[in-house]
Amino acid sequence: MSAAGVSSSRARTDGPLRVAVPRGALFGETLDVLDAVGVDTSAPRGDSRSLIFETDGMTLVTMRPSDVPTYVEAGAADVGITGKDVLLEQADRVVYELLDLGFGRCRMVLAGRRGDTRLGESQRRLGMMRIATKYPRIAESHFEQTGRQVEVIEVKGSVELAPLTGLGDGIVDLVATGRTLDENDLEVREEILECTARFVANRVAHKLRAAEIDALTAKLREATAP
Amino acid sequence: MIHPIPPGTRDVLPDEMRELRRLSRALVEVFEDRGYGEVATPAIEYDEVLARGGARTSESAYRFFDESGDLLALRSDMTVPIARLAASRFAGAEPPLRLCYLASAYRAVRPQRGQMREFVQAGVELIGMPAPQGTVEVIEVLEAALDAAGLDRAVIGLGDADLYRQLLSELGIEGKTLESLLGRLATHDLVGLEAELAAVPGLGDEQVATCVALAQMRGGSEVLEQARAIGGVAVERATAQMQATYEELERRGAADRVQIDLGLLRDLGYYTGAILEVYDPALGHIIGGGGRYDGLLGKFGADLPAAGFALYLERVHVAQMEEESRRERAVP
Repeated sequence: MSAAGVSSSRARTDGPLRVAVPRGALFGETLDVLDAVGVDTSAPRGDSRSLIFETDGMTLVTMRPSDVPTYVEAGAADVGITGKDVLLEQADRVVYELLDLGFGRCRMVLAGRRGDTRLGESQRRLGMMRIATKYPRIAESHFEQTGRQVEVIEVKGSVELAPLTGLGDGIVDLVATGRTLDENDLEVREEILECTARFVANRVAHKLRAAEIDALTAKLREATAP
Repeated sequence: MIHPIPPGTRDVLPDEMRELRRLSRALVEVFEDRGYGEVATPAIEYDEVLARGGARTSESAYRFFDESGDLLALRSDMTVPIARLAASRFAGAEPPLRLCYLASAYRAVRPQRGQMREFVQAGVELIGMPAPQGTVEVIEVLEAALDAAGLDRAVIGLGDADLYRQLLSELGIEGKTLESLLGRLATHDLVGLEAELAAVPGLGDEQVATCVALAQMRGGSEVLEQARAIGGVAVERATAQMQATYEELERRGAADRVQIDLGLLRDLGYYTGAILEVYDPALGHIIGGGGRYDGLLGKFGADLPAAGFALYLERVHVAQMEEESRRERAVP
């Protein structure tokens, strides 16, 4: 049993349903979807500095998207919304992925400098490419599956800097419109996968709060149906 | 001067130890009262012995050679060592055998996840009693153990280990696709499950929707009705078995805290038929698990049906503390 050795979290799965809401790029559309299923989101939309908002029968906990799997796995949030990119990068977190919400669509790509041959040259003459990324696991598994050797360099901030300064031959990053790449004289070389927002649940909450979670899942499915 | 210990291990100091001891004593007392004799086995076994548990259990995290070149391994649970013990030491005994244990087990950890390499399990094995009686007895012992720990809100999930493998085979799915789909079911990646099923040639939308819906059916005996409406050999067999177990539990007044869960899938290789998971509302992680392993004893030359469960002692302790403080808050 995979989770057997995880130290116990003190999170409880009773009281109002706790929903982990991602701040950042997915924030607006997440609140729109919650509106559509009848949750009052006026408080988190305000300019309050609070991180937790009580609404009718639900507690909205706002956080970085990459923290959502951590809170949901531990049961500190019962359910949550985050990007598929985050779930793939943290694939060892035990959360139930219940629904593709369809919004927040973006692509994980391999990009290099426009007109530059360094990616190919490094692979041909040095046997491996140096790839800077905020998503080391996704990058590693992509190159492993395509049979190429890479040195993955993890960075935390603007990854576009890496090929411009010689830190890497290319980058693996999430692209929504492609404008940032454009402005930094980078171009897409390969599409790795497409990511959208997902609705996830804690595994114990999914069992013990089955009716509430099923009802919310059904409403979200209806609200986000294409 | 601080002398480090390996990540995922820990020292236990007197205040905690006192509580852990009180808890473990209460659990073992419940087991002994119901006729389960306590046994101990070595923490290290021959790797070949542990490997008989099947794919997942054979992946012992810690293996090493002894001075004569034999490959040894640290046990990752107690079920396989007890199967070995039962087959070797009780070869001529009249079944059923009732054994219990309180023992450390060892698993691999992933870095920086707060996982424990070494943790304590308290559990029972009932060897030689088939389903549904054997399953029902094990669930009753589990309920008594949860009561003794003060976890009166804990819930036991009851599922079927073979349901999806059979159902998917019935739909003509095999090989890599089958394993990949079972992996998605085990991690409950319903989005991936739906997408991958939809890509299987010859599978209709309705069949895809049915599989995904089945994985989310959990609740009282009414879910058996819902599932049966789906039809097919696999669903028919699994629901009939679950119903037999559940009805026997009802007859004995022990069904209240049991949740039937068609989406349950444990990732240990040796389970057959009924599988169990234990939850407490105070905790985001499962606090125990178990099920039937009718094929395991046969791998040690004693062809006997068997079932058991293990509670994770440290987690039960956390849940116990949370439930205590909840009860204190509830008193005005």
